[in-house]
Amino acid sequence: MSVLQVQDLTVDFAQRRGPKFRAVDHVSFELVAGETLALVGESGSGKSTIARALARLLRPTGGELLLHGRPVGHRGRKLRDYRREVQMVFQDPFASLNPAYTVGHHLRRPLRIYGHPRKGLEEVVEALLTSVNMVPATSFVSKFPHELSGGQRQRVAIARALATQPGVILADEPVSMLDVSIRLEILNLLDGLKRDRDLALLYITHDLATARYFSTQIMVMYRGEIVERGPADSVILRPAHPYTQLLEASVPGERTPHRLDELAPVRGAGGTNVILAAERAEATAATGCRFRRRCPHAMDVCSTHPVEQDLGDGHLVRCWLHDPKVREKSGDRAAPQQSAPSGA
Amino acid sequence: MTTTAIAPAAGATEPRPGRGLSARLHGAAGALRRSPRMLVGLIILLFFVLLAVFGPLFIHNPNALGTEVLGRPSAKYWLGTTQEGQNVLYQVIAATGPTLEVGFVAGGISTVLSLLIGVGGAFIGGISDEALNLFTNVILVIPVMPLVIVISAYVQAKSLLPTIIIIAFTGWAGTARVLRALALSMRSRDYILAARVSGERPWRIVVVELLPNMTAFIVSGFIFTVIFAILTQAGLAFLGLGNTNLLSWGNMLYWAQADQALTSGAWWWFAPPGLCIALLGTGLSLVNFGLDEVLNPRLRSVRPVGGRTKARRQAAGSP
Ligand SMILES: Nc1ncnc2c1ncn2[C@@H]1O[C@H](COP(=O)(O)OP(=O)(O)OP(=O)(O)O)[C@@H](O)[C@H]1O
Ligand code: SF4
Ligand SMILES: [Mg+2]
Repeated sequence: MSVLQVQDLTVDFAQRRGPKFRAVDHVSFELVAGETLALVGESGSGKSTIARALARLLRPTGGELLLHGRPVGHRGRKLRDYRREVQMVFQDPFASLNPAYTVGHHLRRPLRIYGHPRKGLEEVVEALLTSVNMVPATSFVSKFPHELSGGQRQRVAIARALATQPGVILADEPVSMLDVSIRLEILNLLDGLKRDRDLALLYITHDLATARYFSTQIMVMYRGEIVERGPADSVILRPAHPYTQLLEASVPGERTPHRLDELAPVRGAGGTNVILAAERAEATAATGCRFRRRCPHAMDVCSTHPVEQDLGDGHLVRCWLHDPKVREKSGDRAAPQQSAPSGA
Repeated sequence: MTTTAIAPAAGATEPRPGRGLSARLHGAAGALRRSPRMLVGLIILLFFVLLAVFGPLFIHNPNALGTEVLGRPSAKYWLGTTQEGQNVLYQVIAATGPTLEVGFVAGGISTVLSLLIGVGGAFIGGISDEALNLFTNVILVIPVMPLVIVISAYVQAKSLLPTIIIIAFTGWAGTARVLRALALSMRSRDYILAARVSGERPWRIVVVELLPNMTAFIVSGFIFTVIFAILTQAGLAFLGLGNTNLLSWGNMLYWAQADQALTSGAWWWFAPPGLCIALLGTGLSLVNFGLDEVLNPRLRSVRPVGGRTKARRQAAGSP
């Protein structure tokens, strides 16, 4: 059952010079109760921007959100109702807890905001901590964030998100700042909570392996656009978009995935991302396929914007290679499935 | 002490206060042990506050004229006498209260102003923020001293209040700028965003989530303006502006100078108020420097029992 529907979500950022920068371009998807949707894509592709727009931390330029089929309000009562239902877990657990307050404060506040009486508050706080495996809960309530490990902090952040009993949790790279040894633990925790509470989970990540393992559907994002989406196994095992193929081939000597962030962006002086800067201008123009400068299969037709093609089974790809007419013309030599050009 | 070698509060790592009152007091006591600078500064402050409150109970009229004129410090007049034969010690003590009053009231008003204008602007954003920021910058580039002098010359002062208000309304801009920049950078911190996602109301986010993390900067700005106010009042008084018949350390300096204490070598007349100003300034600065050590809970957290001696032993290089 779809909890949150996203239709044509578009986010523009004003730039100091030049036209507006479109970080998210007409993105549509839906979050389903009890399912995890993974959103992958390289740095700067707009994943966090989507999460922030869904968390109502920034106002989208265009598009519509439907919560349980109803349009979402922008302020007041309606916004609060929405917030109660859609919670977020941030990337950096060292930054997402207020250093001035205890664990207890972080869990009490959302409860109080949505009208939980003072009486019985502590029991609920402890129950929340227990639900994220922070036991014994009483020993953590009065601890400060700096007294906790990264993993413990992220558990507190998850408990805070659960406090309002939401239907949707947006997890923006929830484990990327954590030590490798506890990543799986936290992901398993989220997965278990999703199952127990029938949550709709948006899991943003660089890591294709965990994306496949933990999610039902995967969306691949490139420069503000969803270029490929479909059932997790299908997308990972039979990547259809040249970009997805590149991602999967980016770890040498390995057939299976793959950490996206190892597709190291080129850094210029002062840490500016050279490729990003160059392609940013292009992405702003929004004509043709955005990937064509890096695409090994680029064709003439690619200078027009590709439409989404259905490969069956809900596996969609935005690439001309899979357009029946283009395939006909080129004698069907195109559409390489998994012919990932390693070393490209 | 073994643990602390911390830069002054401003610009250092985020300050972090918090917790219930009793625990907070307990923490503060521990913190003071860690920060000798803070401790010394507070002792100096406390000394002057006690002097201001209880000192006047032990002295006679500080303006009473005596027969011994420009007398050196003696058993009867510990700090000597003035040109008019007034007891310098009595004057210094009587002047403590008004001087502190100028400093703390002006400092308080201007801190509130800088909070409202700096932090308020940063959170409202948009045109109001631009306007407030422009206003701040204008106040900031106006040379304060000449302005204060001009205003003071026009305002007929019967009390210290006009001086206080003039200083308060000229002294907030620097702090406002710092606090605005800080608030702007903190506004997009994840924990502030998380509070918004939790449904926290804007004013609560500012007051409850944001301000406690700015404490060191706010207190530091306050202390800075207190020093600024005391020095400005002294400067004004020295120039004979404001009501010079009221007692303050600055006014004492004015009269000492007007009556040629400098040329006649009556150091006991101008040295005590001058030293008092310097000492109070030192005390305030020490408190300022010690702030970060006290407010940073990472330094404040529980130390393992015996940890200090162990650390010292290790530092001494024993195996
Ligand atoms: N407030 C902003 N103002 C202007 N541009 C922004 C802003 N926030 C994000 N952007 C731009 O939007 C694009 C997408 O950013 P976003 O943070 O969504 O990327 P991301 O996919 O989450 O990357 P990462 O994997 O590094 O977290 C980037 O090019 C970024 O520079
Ligand atoms: S549309 Fe063309 S350029 Fe874009 S990914 Fe497909 S083949 Fe490559
Ligand atoms: Mg991101």
